[in-house]
Amino acid sequence: MNDMAVALQPAAYKSDYKPIWCPGCGDYSVLSAFTKAFSMVGRKPEEIVVVSGIGCSSRLPAYLSSYGFHGVHGRALAAATGLKLARPDLTVVASGGDGDGYSIGGNHFLHACRRNVDLTYVVMDNHVYGMTKGQPSPTTEPDWQSKLSPTGTGLRVFHPLVVALAAGANFVARAFSGDPNGVADILAEAIRHPGFSFVEILSPCVTFRPEQRNWKQAVHPAPVGATDDPAKAARRILSDDGFNVGILYRGNRPVYRPPVGKAKKQPADLEKEFEV
Amino acid sequence: MNATKQAARKRVATKRPVPVRGAKPAAAAVRSMNDLMAYAYALEVEAAERYGEFADVMEEHNNRAVGELFRKLARIEHKHAEQILEEMGWTAPPPPPDGGYRWQGMEGPETADFTELHYLMQPYHALEIALHNEKRAFEFFSGLARRATTEKVKRAAKEMAAEEAEHVRLIEDWMKKVPLPEPQWDVDLDPPRYVD
Repeated sequence: MNDMAVALQPAAYKSDYKPIWCPGCGDYSVLSAFTKAFSMVGRKPEEIVVVSGIGCSSRLPAYLSSYGFHGVHGRALAAATGLKLARPDLTVVASGGDGDGYSIGGNHFLHACRRNVDLTYVVMDNHVYGMTKGQPSPTTEPDWQSKLSPTGTGLRVFHPLVVALAAGANFVARAFSGDPNGVADILAEAIRHPGFSFVEILSPCVTFRPEQRNWKQAVHPAPVGATDDPAKAARRILSDDGFNVGILYRGNRPVYRPPVGKAKKQPADLEKEFEV
Repeated sequence: MNATKQAARKRVATKRPVPVRGAKPAAAAVRSMNDLMAYAYALEVEAAERYGEFADVMEEHNNRAVGELFRKLARIEHKHAEQILEEMGWTAPPPPPDGGYRWQGMEGPETADFTELHYLMQPYHALEIALHNEKRAFEFFSGLARRATTEKVKRAAKEMAAEEAEHVRLIEDWMKKVPLPEPQWDVDLDPPRYVD
């Protein structure tokens, strides 16, 4: 077996660091799906960068052998966008959780969809801030009660897939962590699809939302295939039960790429400016 | 088995229900001995990998007894996979079918879901997971035997089912040798989540 074949096995995309997520966490399966998807896409670890923000799921880059950037809370997409524009040859994937991506990072989410840079954004959604001990997140149900929200938030949930469609994302899918092979298929498709691909992965937090263990009985394949009509996709998503999984929308918007050859300054010029 | 022991076993089973999922590949995918054994190999490899991941999780959380048990299960499944290669005279893993291996459930019949884990789980619980997996593997091969279109595949699938039935008996014997968990095994005096 040659080196290339060895490098493209899923195990080659795992780092030597062992995850410290809670036993039972859905993010373990998502990690497994990432390695399978990278293997399917066929890019080497050094051709891939995974950028994250802050939170349990944002620990993901450390557990992968690809390049990684564990950034600032909610700012994964800003860093990932800059990276992709500077190095279009790399496969760039941003990852994080619902608190990171939809709350503090909500603004970046909207504009990343709108810009349609060729990158993939993966949100592991468990409807709670797990790392900081269970505060409600933008996707928490209004009547979910905890010591930190004794009467529930009473707030309407954020609808990330529909927001992504309205803002211009070019690929929208929902997946479930308990199906790592299915997640890998969707991630590989998302990476291959040009433009901004958004994949929401339902990933249970068994510590603060133990009832989410039942998600595996609730999820089901989307009854119809992906459409290229964002309005139709949005209507379908708004009327589903939140557990339809699969590729829901494949768009064909032009991908944003910066003008070539017009950069006035080269990296060396910038370095000179910062010299002390 | 006395009544107290029976009741305790029932309590554990009630506390951590392990759902049964379907475990049948599309019958059309298994037409020959090679197809059958390729699926059997994939099933064992997936199981070995997952048990290895479970062992890592429990070791990271300092639950060494369960970590060791999962590591042992990973070695057993890995050995089963190697036996398949040897029996078939394959020098390398068989190439997966177009589109990869497809299971009727979300994963292979011997692969447990990560959400089955609990940081306070005990060896008995790990064996419960293994037992459930072996039963699913038995159902998987029995189903293939029923649906097989050639006598050769039917016979081989029956043999695989018989092997899985033997594994079920071995795990059941193993479970008799490990302590039963206390009814309140998952009570943590300093829990991560307060619900009062």
